[in-house]
Amino acid sequence: MSNSTNLTMDKPTPTSLLDTGAQGLIGEPLQRTEGPLKVSGNATYAAEYALEKVAYGVLVGSDFTLGKITKVDAESVKSLPGVIDVVTDFDSFARNPQQGGETKAPTQGVEDVAYRGEIVAIVVAESFEAARDAAHRVVVEHDAPKAEGRYDFETQRHKTDKPADDQIPAHFSQGDLAGAMAEAPHVLDVTYTTPSQNSAAMEPHATTAHWDEDGILNIYGAYQMPSSDKQQLAKALGVSASKVRIIARYIGGGFGSKLGIAPEAVAAAIAARQLGRPVKCVMARSQVFEATVRRSNTEQRMRLGADAQGKLTAIGHDSLVSNLDGEDFFEPCGMATHFLYAAENREINHDMVRLDWLLAGSMRAPGEAVGQLALECAMDELAEAIGIDPIELRHINEPDCDPETQVPFSSRQLTRCLDEGARKFGWDKRAAPGTTRDGEWLVGLGVAAAARGNMLQKSAAKVTINVLGKATVETDMTDIGTGTYTILGQIAGELLGIPLEDVEVKLGDTNSPPGAGSGGSWGAGSSGSSVYLACENLREQIAEKMGVAAEGLTLKDGHAIGDNRRVSLSELVGDRGLSAEGAIAPGKQEKDTRQSSYGAHFAEVGVNTTTGEVRVRRMLGVFAAGRILNEKTARSQCLGGMTFGIGAALTEDLIHDPRNGKLVNRDLAEYHVPVNADVPQLDVVFLEERDVHANPLHAKGIGELGISGAGAAIANAVYNACGVRVRDFPITLDKILDGLPAM
Amino acid sequence: MHFTINGQSHEVEPDIRTSLLDLLREHVGLTGSKKGCDHGQCGACTVLINGRRVNSCLTLAVMHQDDDITTIEGLGTPDNLSPMQAAFVKHDGYQCGYCTPGQICSAMGMLDEVKKGWGSHVSKDLTNPELTDEEISERMSGNICRCSAYPNIVDAIREVAGADA
Amino acid sequence: MKTFDYAKADSPEAAVAAVGTGTKFIAGGTNLLDLMKLQIETPDKLVDISRLDLAQIEEREDGGLTIGALVPNSDLAADPRVVEHYAVLSRALLAGASGQLRNKASTGGNLLQRTRCYYFYDTAMPCNKREPGTGCSAIGGFNRILAVLGTSEQCIATHPSDMAVAMRALDATIVTLKADGDRRRISIHEFYRLPGDTPEIETVLEPGELITHVELPAPPKGNQIYRKVRDRASYAFALVSVAGVLSVEDGKIASASFAFGGLGPMPWRDAAVEAALVGKAPSDAVFEAAATALLADAKGYGSNDFKIPLARRVLIACLRDLTGAAS
Repeated sequence: MSNSTNLTMDKPTPTSLLDTGAQGLIGEPLQRTEGPLKVSGNATYAAEYALEKVAYGVLVGSDFTLGKITKVDAESVKSLPGVIDVVTDFDSFARNPQQGGETKAPTQGVEDVAYRGEIVAIVVAESFEAARDAAHRVVVEHDAPKAEGRYDFETQRHKTDKPADDQIPAHFSQGDLAGAMAEAPHVLDVTYTTPSQNSAAMEPHATTAHWDEDGILNIYGAYQMPSSDKQQLAKALGVSASKVRIIARYIGGGFGSKLGIAPEAVAAAIAARQLGRPVKCVMARSQVFEATVRRSNTEQRMRLGADAQGKLTAIGHDSLVSNLDGEDFFEPCGMATHFLYAAENREINHDMVRLDWLLAGSMRAPGEAVGQLALECAMDELAEAIGIDPIELRHINEPDCDPETQVPFSSRQLTRCLDEGARKFGWDKRAAPGTTRDGEWLVGLGVAAAARGNMLQKSAAKVTINVLGKATVETDMTDIGTGTYTILGQIAGELLGIPLEDVEVKLGDTNSPPGAGSGGSWGAGSSGSSVYLACENLREQIAEKMGVAAEGLTLKDGHAIGDNRRVSLSELVGDRGLSAEGAIAPGKQEKDTRQSSYGAHFAEVGVNTTTGEVRVRRMLGVFAAGRILNEKTARSQCLGGMTFGIGAALTEDLIHDPRNGKLVNRDLAEYHVPVNADVPQLDVVFLEERDVHANPLHAKGIGELGISGAGAAIANAVYNACGVRVRDFPITLDKILDGLPAM
Repeated sequence: MHFTINGQSHEVEPDIRTSLLDLLREHVGLTGSKKGCDHGQCGACTVLINGRRVNSCLTLAVMHQDDDITTIEGLGTPDNLSPMQAAFVKHDGYQCGYCTPGQICSAMGMLDEVKKGWGSHVSKDLTNPELTDEEISERMSGNICRCSAYPNIVDAIREVAGADA
Repeated sequence: MKTFDYAKADSPEAAVAAVGTGTKFIAGGTNLLDLMKLQIETPDKLVDISRLDLAQIEEREDGGLTIGALVPNSDLAADPRVVEHYAVLSRALLAGASGQLRNKASTGGNLLQRTRCYYFYDTAMPCNKREPGTGCSAIGGFNRILAVLGTSEQCIATHPSDMAVAMRALDATIVTLKADGDRRRISIHEFYRLPGDTPEIETVLEPGELITHVELPAPPKGNQIYRKVRDRASYAFALVSVAGVLSVEDGKIASASFAFGGLGPMPWRDAAVEAALVGKAPSDAVFEAAATALLADAKGYGSNDFKIPLARRVLIACLRDLTGAAS
């Protein structure tokens, strides 16, 4: 018997062993298995490995925006006590981080500075204090730029190029949008703008690089996708991928910002190689803002046309997004617009404005997060224009299959989410805009749909049962706070009948089988399936040892039961133990069905009648995302997403100085992520669902569903509260002030 | 220099510029206290100095040689969690875990402030504040959690405060 | 952070005697170390005053309070005498920063907080306050959080303190010890300087002069309020804040004292506001007149224009609260 089981999702998986497992671990709100380590300060993050002779690296960013470097004046700082060296490598240093999942090197070459803050050198010293001081003092001389900088989106917005098709086509057209708009009795043609945003994970990007005696580069790094990151880094350094090992056992948040190799890893690895000792490099918070990755700002023109009853005949979603020259990534704002609502005539376009700002890339729910701000606010505006309830408008336009490809939905409970949420939230209490008052506050309710495309990625895992009857799961999949440690343990424990405390999950080490990594909400479905398949294989091996058919086998509490016998796994597997590998890969199901998670957000906000300050008072998310593997960690994912929605709607605004492209607010005092007081006790409800087309777990992605549409519900509630429709996010008080009643 | 951290004595000779946070992380091997911003804008570095919660990134180590410093490691161990640590696990008051030690140290200091009768920005009555959810949120707003476990953090703290009361 | 000499002082006299060129006192350090890490502040020497015996709050015979310069913001906010008689100060303190920062930040240090102007914080950008003569990046730049009153062509920075706004409304006096051993008492109204052509000079303190105490006069009559408007619910600097103390007698405003944060380069106070109020019966027309007096010379710089109507509205709302007038 082969000890590996592979599955390509070409067909649905009508049955799941998770439904017949006997251990009772699946779906339960179990505590995180790594929790005690995290709450006691014993979980080890990238900069926390105690290595002999480690030196401290502090990065030097360019303090000019464009121009060719003529000199990095290192001599003046080398004499400072404790400074070891100033290392730069114009050809090899990463100019931009790489995008997630790529196997190419990040864009390299820092001599021609392309944006303000680009990392051009690393100062290495015996102490962090010496390195930081020296890094401040390094003078980087440069020529005048050859071209005039493009720093202002407003002045550049008319010069666009069409980006290459990426996750979705850049341009899409079906039917005759203009014609349908001209004929529709109800039309809406409005433009929303969203600013650049930063993931602002609490752990700054960090790498400890150590070339060992075998010439292997060991990277303790804050990276979401070690398998592809390893390849990116190896290529950047010109070494074989077999010479790079990435260890990322704990990652202090990512939200997309740590998908691809970033400048600090390349710089630390080069410095460590050059100096012959380990180098630890943690980006300063300002450098995380300036030199990693932002979510693109967007300008989104929404055109909706509907017949007299509110049935959409036209949907147009034209987005302008931005990125550096040569970078393909475009913020796919129209991602969910492709399938959320029916309408015969459709145009979904993305055009690129080239700017000399830092890289734009993935941040939590790329596309949906900002795309649904526009689409779901537009639906709210249209509902009001027609004079019907916004939930009713979505009912009317609920498609029965993908409106573009006509393939069936793998599972879709959008309208149930809306109806269930409406009932639970008290939607019937929603009054006309500007009519509900609570003291100094105007109060309003808002709703929005949520959709986040479901993805499956190649992922592999190895599962072993040892002589003690305990299991070990190994994959280089990561847990960035998502709950991977726990849910992989639950899946293995359920399928093998082993209590959760007897399942050890080892993550984030590229010496283990390559996992999907954490991104795109695919982690649980992909890496969970690989564990599932490995366990399925182990069940067959156990059945064979028991002499029964796998279907007749029950595994529970460390014992195999079949054919009227109950034998301990310890006894069955013997001294040599048992092991198996599982691997999942996407297949035809991706195209044969339209796969997405769905939800509905409900928000109650107060708008202060004196100041225009907005406060979220209540918020409910109702979600359907296939099987919920762990009700506790899934709920937390949704809380996090909804709070990102609060930030996007109300506070987060990464400001580029139009004079020089410099980030104005590059710290956590002035880039306002929500604090505890901004977030009420959010409510989350999951609907029961199974998705047989997604993967053998029947689970869909959830990490990004919570943000999709969340901000729109808040914006719609703001309108309902005070009658001011703000289309320029975030909705800061200055944009409301003029529309408030006179004092 | 001499330091008392979690009841233990440490003799260390750091650079004069060393922050208390860097002393803990780089010189004493206590990496539980986290560096999120290094400028007092996130709270991940929160420790207790003589029982008071403080941003360890914004104070010099040299200024704390006579103080009792308590870090997350001093509150409990994985096998013997303090009630607050256990409540964070129970209520999923974290996700990535990076801000968590700071949240927990901050919560400990905060409850002590409440016991002393200190009011907050949201207290209607500054002399006798009641520890509502709104109060917990306001008082914990110096600890940013980007994963946004805020509602669960409030649940955890409320439970511990209730058990204490 | 550049390296520095470090000396611990055991008395205020020793502290001022230890001052040489490029010396800074350090107490809480929450602002100074922030700036030193960015090499915006680069002292050659730090004199540690954190253990000086200046952490008491004492009642004076005239009914006022003398607050030691080292009293942490938290303790000052929670002091029962402050809570009872100077609620505007408690409220202002509690509206500032975070619990952790308030535990560390000192009374004296809070008065000397430096601006949060984005460009002051960015050593790659011109800033007359940081590097005199280089220019002001905020004028013509992004200036959402910056000043609309008291600005100059050289600087439009705001003073970031909440505490100092309340102290200005309370007519506090700052007591210092000079390097030559002399003590002096400086009214808070004379303590701060407008930027003019020298925005780098923010107070009238002389080099090496140490704040030892802050005195509050006897409790004011009437009602007190501190209202702060900011971009998130907590842990953010003020866009606009109002500290107000007001009493009504016989249906007329008998006394009024108002100071403002987020509007000017110093905690802002304008006698014209009070003149528009005192002696008048509370009414929206009177409140409007006070707001007009406050903002007569206000000048927006683009992204901070909104502060002018915002300040007007917040002041009127505070006046209604203080006088019990319904809108």
